[in-house]
Amino acid sequence: MTDGAGDTARGAARPSRPARGPRFGLGAEGARSLSIAAVSTVVVFGLIGLVVVNAPGWPVFQQAFLNGPIFWESLPKVIGRFWVNVQMFLVAEVLILIFGLLLAVLRSLPGPVFFPVRLIATLYVDIFRALPGILVVFMLGLGIPALRLPGVPKDEFFWAVIVLTLLYSAYVSEVFRAGINSIHPSQAMAARSLGLTMTQSMRYVVVPQAVRRVVPPLLNDFIGLQKDTVLVSFIGVVEIFRETQILQAARFNFTPYLATALVFLAVTIPMARFTDWLIARDARKGGSGRRSASVSNALSRGGQAAP
Amino acid sequence: MTMQPALRIEGLWKSFGELDVLQGIDLEVAEHEVIALIGASGSGKSTLLRCINLLEPIDEGRIFIEGEEITAKGVNVDRIRRRVGIVFQSFNLFPHMRVLDNVTLGPRSVLTPPPAAAAPDAMRLLERFGLAEKANQLPDRLSGGQQQRVAIVRALAMQPDLLLLDEVTSALDPELVAEVLNVVRELAANGMTMLIATHEMGFARDIANRVCFLDAGRILEEGPPAQIFAEPREARTRQFLNRIIEAGRL
Repeated sequence: MTDGAGDTARGAARPSRPARGPRFGLGAEGARSLSIAAVSTVVVFGLIGLVVVNAPGWPVFQQAFLNGPIFWESLPKVIGRFWVNVQMFLVAEVLILIFGLLLAVLRSLPGPVFFPVRLIATLYVDIFRALPGILVVFMLGLGIPALRLPGVPKDEFFWAVIVLTLLYSAYVSEVFRAGINSIHPSQAMAARSLGLTMTQSMRYVVVPQAVRRVVPPLLNDFIGLQKDTVLVSFIGVVEIFRETQILQAARFNFTPYLATALVFLAVTIPMARFTDWLIARDARKGGSGRRSASVSNALSRGGQAAP
Repeated sequence: MTMQPALRIEGLWKSFGELDVLQGIDLEVAEHEVIALIGASGSGKSTLLRCINLLEPIDEGRIFIEGEEITAKGVNVDRIRRRVGIVFQSFNLFPHMRVLDNVTLGPRSVLTPPPAAAAPDAMRLLERFGLAEKANQLPDRLSGGQQQRVAIVRALAMQPDLLLLDEVTSALDPELVAEVLNVVRELAANGMTMLIATHEMGFARDIANRVCFLDAGRILEEGPPAQIFAEPREARTRQFLNRIIEAGRL
């Protein structure tokens, strides 16, 4: 019942990037390296540009993907639809945090009595991590409403949020579990020695420390979630990707995809940078913070969430 | 009413897999008595203390606290642990809580109803051990000696009948040892019943009513400190003490 994530998290203690070092491989040699970097960057990107612009299909490509008027026409529309993704994301995020933490705690319960609980939680996590996200979206998002169970909503938005929650809770529970495992057993022992019950020691001592440590890897998973909100377009939610497809079909032009891509870049890159900054800050702080960085590194190496 | 011993241990066995760590421990501790457990690393001192706090399940034997068998089936271990405080070598303070919250967590979450005066009581304890101005700080802002004193206060906040100290100075820089030992001296002077596993032989000699020498999971020899340190009967005890003297620790 013990598997990789926790052990890796406890074992690995080496941040992937030095906490206070050269950011893009520039540094000590100063100006000389800087000019070499500038020249080689210009050369590389120049060459790529030349190859693309001189490709035989370039004029057609330009017309199909880089159409200025269509771009400016679609951008506000896709941004408007992105609001649906943001709503799904925000609602699902709260549910995922609750459900993921619950799964992680259930899997961390010791003793033979809790074996069935651990088994169920483990099976759940294994299954949802093993399936491609798009499959889960189709099977649950179309399947369950088709049962027409009484009292179960048919609303696509509702099912989109449910599917995203079920899918991502499996990943997030692994992050939480790595965090829980990274808290030294002596902490729980100290709590129990005061007479706290197992639940109390989890609630007041282990989980609060674990959650603090896993904030950066959690943000990593939420970057994945942000992107994967487009998956539910396939069960009929008209969100940014569906809107893009509609625009593309109406004009028979692919430029709307470019607009949508830019929307995601604008939202996701700042969040990724913020996550990196948090990890670097924790690594600098050392002590308990260093362990946090090791958790996030172990996770981003091993189980990067990309269903 | 007959005076029950604060602690009675009968034929305690404990093994980790193949390794028999405790091999038939018998021990009786009277109320207000201070017992020093000495012996080499691996002789079973820490395991013995953990068994008394029920942090380790025992294999055989019985443990009584004031006449109540705590190793009996169906005993609520959480209730027992409230009466038996333990302080660890590595402090094990909760790093995400202020010192004051570290101290009040036990009373607040365990005692029913939660005492309204948990915080003032904790402040009084912190004050008594010179830690009042640290109450609002996080543990990692404190020196090792201060952290260990907080850990002792945390255990005292539960008003235990018995306090177990597991090499509480072994993780400290030498210049910080005295402040922790002074706290323990004060507790002994106030009549706290204590079992102290320690490598500080001078301290054990000063403070203990009785010294138990543990060797390979047994209490090989016990007696008043004057006798154990001056004229140990057992060859193993002499050998152990000679090594301590060679190291300049006695």
